[in-house]
Amino acid sequence: MMPELGKYAFAVLSSYAVSLGLIGGLVALSVWRYARVKRALTAAEARLAKGKRA
Amino acid sequence: MSLWEYANPKKFTETTARVLPVVVPLAGACLLAGLIWGFFFTPEDYKQGSTVKILFLHVPAAMMAVNAWIMMLVASLVWIVRRHHVSALAAKAAAPVGMTFTLVALVTGALWGQPMWGTWWEWDPRLTSFLILFLFYLGYIALWQAVENPDTAADLTGVLCVVGSVFAVLSRYAVKFWNQGLHQDSTIMKVGEKDPLDPAYYWPLIFCLAGVVLMFVALVLLRTVTEIRLRRLAVIEAREKFE
Repeated sequence: MMPELGKYAFAVLSSYAVSLGLIGGLVALSVWRYARVKRALTAAEARLAKGKRA
Repeated sequence: MSLWEYANPKKFTETTARVLPVVVPLAGACLLAGLIWGFFFTPEDYKQGSTVKILFLHVPAAMMAVNAWIMMLVASLVWIVRRHHVSALAAKAAAPVGMTFTLVALVTGALWGQPMWGTWWEWDPRLTSFLILFLFYLGYIALWQAVENPDTAADLTGVLCVVGSVFAVLSRYAVKFWNQGLHQDSTIMKVGEKDPLDPAYYWPLIFCLAGVVLMFVALVLLRTVTEIRLRRLAVIEAREKFE
């Protein structure tokens, strides 16, 4: 299944590893930050609504 | 319906919630198809051997590095002219995405260049303009972090974005402007012409390009909504401090 990369295996495999690592890291960080901010805003809006009712 | 409706943060967030479930799977499918096809099922190039497989990462990343800056330029101009906060936040949200693609293009370029050109780096017009573009991305992100007032930060980064656009354009057309250096001109549009891209590589590359564009759209939408929510959170927290 694995293609024969010959003497260029290091260049090809490290290109894929670095690229997928960087892009995967960016995606993971963006999703994690999105979820964290959403949770924090929901909590803050709940506090705000509670304060208005009181 | 007007485009300016999306300058409303609520409308933008609602639209993003509808668009993301379509764009994310499409981006994943295109990228997966393109990369698997390109890595496993394309032949070796007669000159470049198996290093031709780097094409499917390097070219889409380089394309998005430039296009992300152009998108930031348009969003910054909308902010400067019409003062729509969402557009400034979209530009801010796109910067780390563009920077990552620029870094991917630089790293894969070096890894490809070493076996083909015999050097990791050369002060070639295209390589140098890409490095400067990467530094502009770093500066742009740093400027957003350094200025406390968000409107002032949006103004200053907007101006920086206009200045940096010179290098974004140079990055794309450097090979045409200065016909020297190691980096070749694009061959994607030359199928059937002189010195073309072999058709065996064309379709997997098109899939990768489409996947990267869709992933950029998804990430920018997600990150812009995060920035909008951060603004709202800051307002609520400031109000709580005064109560």
